[in-house]
Amino acid sequence: MAQIAFSNLRKSYGKTEVIHGVDTHINDGELIVIVGPSGCGKSTLLRMVAGLETVTSGEIRIDGRVVNDLEPRERDIAMVFQNYALYPHMSVFDNMAYGLKIAKVPQAEIRERVAVAAKMLELEPFLERKPRQLSGGQRQRVAMGRAIVRKPAVFLFDEPLSNLDAKLRVQMRVEIKTLQRRLGVTSLYVTHDQVEAMTLADRIIVMNGGVAEQIGTPLAVYEKPATTFVGGFIGSPPMNFLSVERLQGSGLAASFGEAAPTLAKTVGVRPEHLSFCGEGQAAWSGELVIVEALGAETLAHVRLDDGEVIIVRLDGGRTAPVGESRVHVTCEADKLHFFGTDEKRID
Amino acid sequence: MSGMVEKRGIGTWLTHLSLIAGIAAICFPIYVAFVASTVTQPEIARPPMPLLPGSHFLENYGTALSQGINSPVWLMLMNSSIMALGIAIGKIAISILSAYAIVYFRFPFRMVFFWLIFLTLMLPVEVRIVPTYEVAAGFGMLNSYSGLILPLIASATATFLFRQFFLTVPDELIEAARVDGAGPIRFFIDILLPMSRTNIAALFVILFIYGWNQYLWPLLITTKPEMNTIVMGIKQMFPSGDDVAEWPVIMATALMAMLPPVAVVVFMQGLFVKGLVDTEK
Ligand SMILES: Nc1ncnc2c1ncn2[C@@H]1O[C@H](COP(=O)(O)OP(=O)(O)OP(=O)(O)O)[C@@H](O)[C@H]1O
Ligand SMILES: [Mg+2]
Repeated sequence: MAQIAFSNLRKSYGKTEVIHGVDTHINDGELIVIVGPSGCGKSTLLRMVAGLETVTSGEIRIDGRVVNDLEPRERDIAMVFQNYALYPHMSVFDNMAYGLKIAKVPQAEIRERVAVAAKMLELEPFLERKPRQLSGGQRQRVAMGRAIVRKPAVFLFDEPLSNLDAKLRVQMRVEIKTLQRRLGVTSLYVTHDQVEAMTLADRIIVMNGGVAEQIGTPLAVYEKPATTFVGGFIGSPPMNFLSVERLQGSGLAASFGEAAPTLAKTVGVRPEHLSFCGEGQAAWSGELVIVEALGAETLAHVRLDDGEVIIVRLDGGRTAPVGESRVHVTCEADKLHFFGTDEKRID
Repeated sequence: MSGMVEKRGIGTWLTHLSLIAGIAAICFPIYVAFVASTVTQPEIARPPMPLLPGSHFLENYGTALSQGINSPVWLMLMNSSIMALGIAIGKIAISILSAYAIVYFRFPFRMVFFWLIFLTLMLPVEVRIVPTYEVAAGFGMLNSYSGLILPLIASATATFLFRQFFLTVPDELIEAARVDGAGPIRFFIDILLPMSRTNIAALFVILFIYGWNQYLWPLLITTKPEMNTIVMGIKQMFPSGDDVAEWPVIMATALMAMLPPVAVVVFMQGLFVKGLVDTEK
């Protein structure tokens, strides 16, 4: 159990800075998901916490103790790697026990702790096997078991599910969440999958280009994205972005009054907040390009008059007005998000 | 269908026939040597040479083992074994450690050292034999096991092989070990060494045979008969001048000299096949 604090954390490789100052405080027992596109510095941030990467400037504190210069083993952390990093020549038992053996934990206690973890992860039948004799999901569990037996203050996960198939990923996601709740260990979890982020996190850190663009609960991030990047990254299908001028020319502007902030440049609206309507109430008009019926939901792609394509999300049962060459789209005024010229949210 | 089976039948026959012919071509001289080691000297000297084993097997081998010609064969076999084992184990130990240092540690002039080691590939024993002899003699290593072993023990080839293998070990594994609390020495002993065991086995066979077959160096560094190795010993069994060669004893010695390398190959083969079948990474 531990709190973690970053203060103005930076990382450079040579002259290129890849983490541009991250500040945050993580509470005891929280599961924080770091999400962002490839190359944004998620792994680098996590590896700095692990002690596998040096800190260029700023501080990392675990339970108040500055750990910048400590070896990984002195930080009381455990890490689950993307490719599991199991020792190929050791049995499942030995893989889990290795860290404890090094820490000179007595034999009996090692056996006990491994047994408990194996039970929790349903690995008991495999303890004598080598990693190559296990399926991907089982290897994943061994990697988690290796982290659990150490009873660390912090769990670090670097895209632990990215090598599993879609179905198993959903299942393991639930297991990780349940396990983390049960053990109550502060966790940092890196992923580029926003669904994983939304479902797992107590709080999300959305990173982009080495900057933490927003830190907040999944719903807060979803409902009040701090930047256009966050709006576009979190949510599937992504938020639609249009220029404010288009809105002011539309029927929506009338009902919306002059509420649009003067500095706003872009307006964002979630696909599920859009709906089809008659020509009279239309905020936007255009032609229907494609309708994707996904079962639970239907996505209608509409090309607006200026060529911009927006996505309208309808409930699965409803069909889009197919065949109509021209469709009209509207939305409730309070569902609009405004962003300024600096891409930041304006409330 | 039946045509295909027939054809395949002929193909199999041909394959086997050519394999058998090849094996026979290799084995025949060995067989002749074996026959020669079981008969008496006059029988060999009188043409035609016998092609069936004679009745002096025990006698000839016994003579060779206990007396030999210059020194008893058991002693030379032992010397050769010690030298070959020393060279193989020493080469592996030194090269795996230097590869570990070069791959995993950042020290000044790391690449310089790597290239220096690499350059020694161009300097086999035969090229540097005079200065090496000078140094060995200076250290008083003439007529000693250390003299037989140490000058041959550095190996650029093995270092290079281990380096290439270490480079394929995923970084994540090293990081996992670090998080688990393993320092450099533990990581080497607990993880790297067991993972390298098929490479070590393969190298051991090659290096053991390399060591066993050394001829020129032992010839130079040993002068006392009790330090002779088997390969140079066989050569020295040939009589100088007009003396009669004891062919049955020489042949028995030659056959016995083959046995340890064969044993090493057979014994290590299991490990090879295992290594080829399950790639563990
Ligand atoms: N050893 C290194 N030397 C130089 N640059 C590096 C090094 N490691 C990472 N980088 C750079 O740092 C940036 C962040 O890398 P990082 O691995 O943290 O990305 P990531 O967010 O984890 O991406 P992904 O989702 O693809 O894993 C990248 O632009 C990368 O090119
Ligand atoms: Mg990464």
